[in-house]
Amino acid sequence: MSAPETRRHATQDNHSIPTGLMAWRYLILRRISQAGILLMFFGSFHWAWHVAKDTPLLSGNLSASKFIGLIPLTDPFAALQIFLTGHVLAQESVIGAAIVLGFYLLLGGRVFCSWVCPVNMVTDGAGWLRSRLEIQPIMHLPRSLRYFVLAASLIITVISGLAAFEWVSPVGMAHREIIFGLGMGFTALLAIFLFDLLILKNGWCGHFCPLGAFYSLIGRTALLRVRFDKTTCTSCGECARVCPEPQVLNLKKLEERGYVFSGECSNCGRCTPICPEGSLKFDFKPLIRTHNAQALAHADAIDVQRRTK
Amino acid sequence: MSEQGPGGLNPNRRDFLVKMAQGAAIAGTGGLLWDHLLHQEARAAPYALRPPGALPENDFNAACIKCGQCAVSCPPVILKMEPAGGDLPIGTPSFVARTGPCIMCPDIPCVKACPTGALSPKLTKIENARMGLAVIDIENCLSWKGLRCEICHRDCPLKGKAITLQMEDRGLSRHTVFKPIVNSDSCTGCGICEKACPTQISAIRILPHHLVQGKIGDHYRLGWTFDTQITQDFKPGAGAPPAAAPTAAPGSVVPPGGKAPGMDYLNSGGL
Repeated sequence: MSAPETRRHATQDNHSIPTGLMAWRYLILRRISQAGILLMFFGSFHWAWHVAKDTPLLSGNLSASKFIGLIPLTDPFAALQIFLTGHVLAQESVIGAAIVLGFYLLLGGRVFCSWVCPVNMVTDGAGWLRSRLEIQPIMHLPRSLRYFVLAASLIITVISGLAAFEWVSPVGMAHREIIFGLGMGFTALLAIFLFDLLILKNGWCGHFCPLGAFYSLIGRTALLRVRFDKTTCTSCGECARVCPEPQVLNLKKLEERGYVFSGECSNCGRCTPICPEGSLKFDFKPLIRTHNAQALAHADAIDVQRRTK
Repeated sequence: MSEQGPGGLNPNRRDFLVKMAQGAAIAGTGGLLWDHLLHQEARAAPYALRPPGALPENDFNAACIKCGQCAVSCPPVILKMEPAGGDLPIGTPSFVARTGPCIMCPDIPCVKACPTGALSPKLTKIENARMGLAVIDIENCLSWKGLRCEICHRDCPLKGKAITLQMEDRGLSRHTVFKPIVNSDSCTGCGICEKACPTQISAIRILPHHLVQGKIGDHYRLGWTFDTQITQDFKPGAGAPPAAAPTAAPGSVVPPGGKAPGMDYLNSGGL
C-alpha cells in the first residue's frame, strides 16, 4: 500500500464527533467571525456596549466604524467612491481606510468576503441548497464580469457625483439594516438568494459583487495563502467541488506557484479540511517555498526507500 | 482570400465589431439604469432633517458613508438610518422632530463621530447649527388664537432669540395676545418646539430651509439697512452728512420753493 492511500483510510475511518467538527472548523469559525462582528456593532448601538464612558465597543457599521473609540476603520472601496464624488474626505476616514486596506493586503483581500461580509451567509446558504437539490445551470457568465461592474461603479460615481455602489449595495443594506433597523433590504438579499439558488451558481459573490472584485485586486500580496503540495495531490477534484471560486484551483497554476495565487480566493477554508491527502493547507507565504521544497525532499526520500526495498 | 465573407467582408473583423457593439450596449443600458436608480434614491423625499452640521443636501448625499456612527453617538438616540425602501435617501441619518428632537448637546458628539466630514467639523457651536427652520401655522397656533400657551417659546433652547413673543392688543377684551414669532437668523431647527406643541397636529414644525424660505433677490437694495450718502440725507435726525455734500444738511429747513436737500448733490457734479 502506498503512503497516500493509508492516510486516506486513516481519515475516513475516524468519523468521531471531534474529527467531524475539525472538518467543519473553518466554516464554524467563519460564522462566529461574521456573526460576532455584527453582534459587536449591534450591541454597541442597541445595548450601549462600551469599554469606558461614552466609548462604544464598536460603533458604526462595515462602511465605517470606530473600535474602542480609538481605531478608525473605513471600507476602502466606499472611501474611494466618496473621494471620486469630489468630496474631500476627513482625515479620520482616510486613516481608517488605510488601516483596513493594510489589514487585507496582508491577510488576503477576500478574507473580508468569507469571514466578515454578512451577504456571504446568504450566498453560502443558497450554494449549499443548490448542490443539495442538484439544480442544473441555466446560464453562464464570465467571472471577470465583476471587474467590469467594479469599473462601472467607479465611472458612474464620477458621472453622478454619488458613491454608485454604496447607494445600491445589498452588502450595505444587509449590515445597516441588521444593525440599525429593518427595512426592505431583505428583499435584495432574497433576490440574491434566489438568483444564486436557481439561476447562476455563486452568482452574486462570484460574478457581480464589485466589492469582492475590489478585494480580489488587492488580495494578491496577501501573506496568508493556501499552500499546495503537489507531491501528495492525487487530482481527485474534491477541492474544486466545494470551492466557490473553483477557477483559483487550476492544477497547472497550482503546480507552478506552489500555492493558490489568485486574489479571487477568499481563504474560506473549505478546501483544506476536505482534501483527503492534506495537500492544501493554510500557510504563511514567505515559508511556502521552503515547505514545498521539504515536501518534495520527503517524497523523494520515500521514493528512494521504496525502490531500495 | 479565404477570410473574405460573401459580401467581401472580413468575418473576424465583423465579429469583433459586433462584440464591441454588444459590450457597449450592455454597459450603456446597465450604466443608465444604475445612474437612474442612484438619482431616484438620492432625490427621494426632500424633507429629511439632517443632524447638525450636515453639508447642503447634494454634498451631504455624496459625502455620507452611511456608517451610522452619528446615530450611535447621539445621546437621545434620535437619529435613524434610512432603510431600503424608505421615503428618504437610503442609508442616511435623519430625525423626526415631533417624536425625537435634537437636544442640542454642547459638545455635538454626532459631528465628532462623523468620519467623512459629511457632518462638517466646522460646526463648533451648536447654536450655529441649521438643521431646519421652525414654521408656525398661525391659523392653528393656540397663542395666535389668543390663548395663553407659548409653550414653544418657553421650551426653545434659544428662547428670546429663535422664538420671540410679540404682544398685541386683542381688541375684544383687555387681555393681550402673545404671538410667538420664529427668527430664522437664530433658529437651529432642533425641533424641541415641534415636540412640545400641545395641538393635536403640531402647529409649529421644522422644515428644511429650502422648502420654506424665500429669497428677495440681490437686486433689491434695502437702503435703510446700510449707510450711503443718499440714505444718510433722508434719515430723519441723522448726524451731519459727509463732507462731500456740504449743501445737503439733513434736518435743515427746506426753503419754500427750493429743492429737497438730498437731491442737490446729484446736480452738483457738473453732469
